[in-house]
Amino acid sequence: MTQSVVAPRGARPGTRKRANANQRRQHRAAYLFVAPFLLVFVLMLLVPLFYSGYLSLFATRLVGGSQFAWFANYIRAFTDADFLAGVGRMGLFLIIQVPIMLVLALFLALAIDSGRARGAGAIRLLVFLPYAVPGVVATLMWGYLYGQDFGPIAQVFRALGFGAPNLLSASSILGSIMNIVTWEFVGYNMIIMYAALRSIPSELFEAAEIDGAGQFRIAWSIKIPAIRPAIMLTVIFSIIGTFQLFNEPSLLKGLAPNVIDNAFTPNYYAYNLAFINQDVNYAAAIAFLLGIVIAIVSYVVQLSTQRREAKAS
Amino acid sequence: MTTAATGKPVAGAEPAPVRARDLAPRRTTRAYSSEKRRSTLLTVLLWLCALYFVLPIAWLVIASTKDNSDLFSTFGYAFGHFNLFQNIHDVFTVSGGIYLQWALNTVIYAAVSALGASFLATMAGYAFAKYRFPGANLMFSVVLGAIMIPLTALALPTYLIFSQFGITNTPWSVIVPSLVSPFGVFLMRVYAADAIPDSMIEAARVDGAGEWRIFWQVGLRLLGPGIVTVFLFALVATWNNYFLPLIMLNSSNLYPLTVGLAQQQATSAGGGGSQAMFSTVITGSMVSIIPLIIAFLFLQRYWQTGLASGSVKE
Repeated sequence: MTQSVVAPRGARPGTRKRANANQRRQHRAAYLFVAPFLLVFVLMLLVPLFYSGYLSLFATRLVGGSQFAWFANYIRAFTDADFLAGVGRMGLFLIIQVPIMLVLALFLALAIDSGRARGAGAIRLLVFLPYAVPGVVATLMWGYLYGQDFGPIAQVFRALGFGAPNLLSASSILGSIMNIVTWEFVGYNMIIMYAALRSIPSELFEAAEIDGAGQFRIAWSIKIPAIRPAIMLTVIFSIIGTFQLFNEPSLLKGLAPNVIDNAFTPNYYAYNLAFINQDVNYAAAIAFLLGIVIAIVSYVVQLSTQRREAKAS
Repeated sequence: MTTAATGKPVAGAEPAPVRARDLAPRRTTRAYSSEKRRSTLLTVLLWLCALYFVLPIAWLVIASTKDNSDLFSTFGYAFGHFNLFQNIHDVFTVSGGIYLQWALNTVIYAAVSALGASFLATMAGYAFAKYRFPGANLMFSVVLGAIMIPLTALALPTYLIFSQFGITNTPWSVIVPSLVSPFGVFLMRVYAADAIPDSMIEAARVDGAGEWRIFWQVGLRLLGPGIVTVFLFALVATWNNYFLPLIMLNSSNLYPLTVGLAQQQATSAGGGGSQAMFSTVITGSMVSIIPLIIAFLFLQRYWQTGLASGSVKE
């Protein structure tokens, strides 16, 4: 960013006075430009964040009401089997669903970008289409598709003479949710990667093409390294999205009430704690822990890729 | 982004500023050279993938043309008695036409939030890109770090704060939290750094233009695609938001479509007696996704350019 700074610096002594006045004026303008955003940012992001941290340090007792309790809520969370099960479920999500989704997105982005397929433009739009579908509608829709009554999946199985699979049973619900999330977000990730691919200067791989390198080789050795920042962006967003999962379990609960418990995902658990159990302090601690887990996981992922990069170069 | 997401923008990590025209998709020559080598296998494979994304929506569209009994008695991808117009009529008249109110709410919440969010993000991103001022790096780092805060984790404390001020269950309780878009600021900073040449700002200053006027007349004009991108993503985020309005709003005439449809679904799945509303919910869902799809199709050129420049920078 250093190159793009306009403010005059280190002016000669004779002009310093005017330069300083200019600089002050520009500083003032910059602060005014940033101020509205920062105001809302502080009020709607930092204040709730600290308030949530503050709340999480209190506990409501039957006698005496709300009392300062140090880290009791956090200790409780670490021994709360329901919460840990939810985190574990999200861990599974992270190591199964996120790689599948991102590899599929990367494959589609590379394939569309390679220009080797017919109707690539149309495919790109169709793959992106689910992003315009709200998570609620997507879940309702897949809920019907999974359904035993008039779901087409069950209909096909019955027509082929098999029994209809129960896609909302305890053993398959996580997979069913993974499928919904994959369906919703492959297009979004694909578009981010595709946009990055489009801006690789073509000289980078035209030489390789002339030398007879195959498409896979070009993709692996030139294109994927070139869009690594964009891929990292999608990884981070996917981690955040995974731990925030709420819509899918809360809506599918209506269809499979005995399969999805109140702590199915940590976020859903925090919601239920706050609004059904009325245990705001514990809910705040869960939400706060969730943020910390996300930050740690994102950081570890970044660190490991940076180390790999350092090793490679 | 590797540097960005750690919350430490590294000065000078970006390549030298490029001219605005470079931001347009660059490879015009490649389309011709690859013309000769189409791969049938890849084409088939890609279209199979596309099917996975389209089939559910196709089902939704077909199902919205059926009445309740046909939903149960016909195959999902076969048409039954064509009942689409009756279904649409039902969608807009059931419970005293509450669906229209929900749709209106959705449009208002999403449009106001997206306009506000993109305006705030544009100003902030422009300032971060084009001015050096004390505290800029610290502020930008905090904003970048905030991208990682799960917004749903903030909804609960925000709700508690709002309820103390008595502004829950109002449109503002949904709109105001949606005005913050740290990712929008990041995107705008990257975009503004490239799209607005410093020389142009300098020239305007020499001509005696004030900083505000420079932003308004020079900056905004060059930031078009970036603003559209931020606007669209903010629009989708609010339009699709379920969690925030769910906890903030109590009155069903304030609901956006997401909360309303979920509630309608819950009543119809809960076997609301004689009133089976599956076809109404399905048709309502189908109608609700049309506006965003149209918006994305029409603004395609803009947001793809904006995204291209935002996603490639370190």
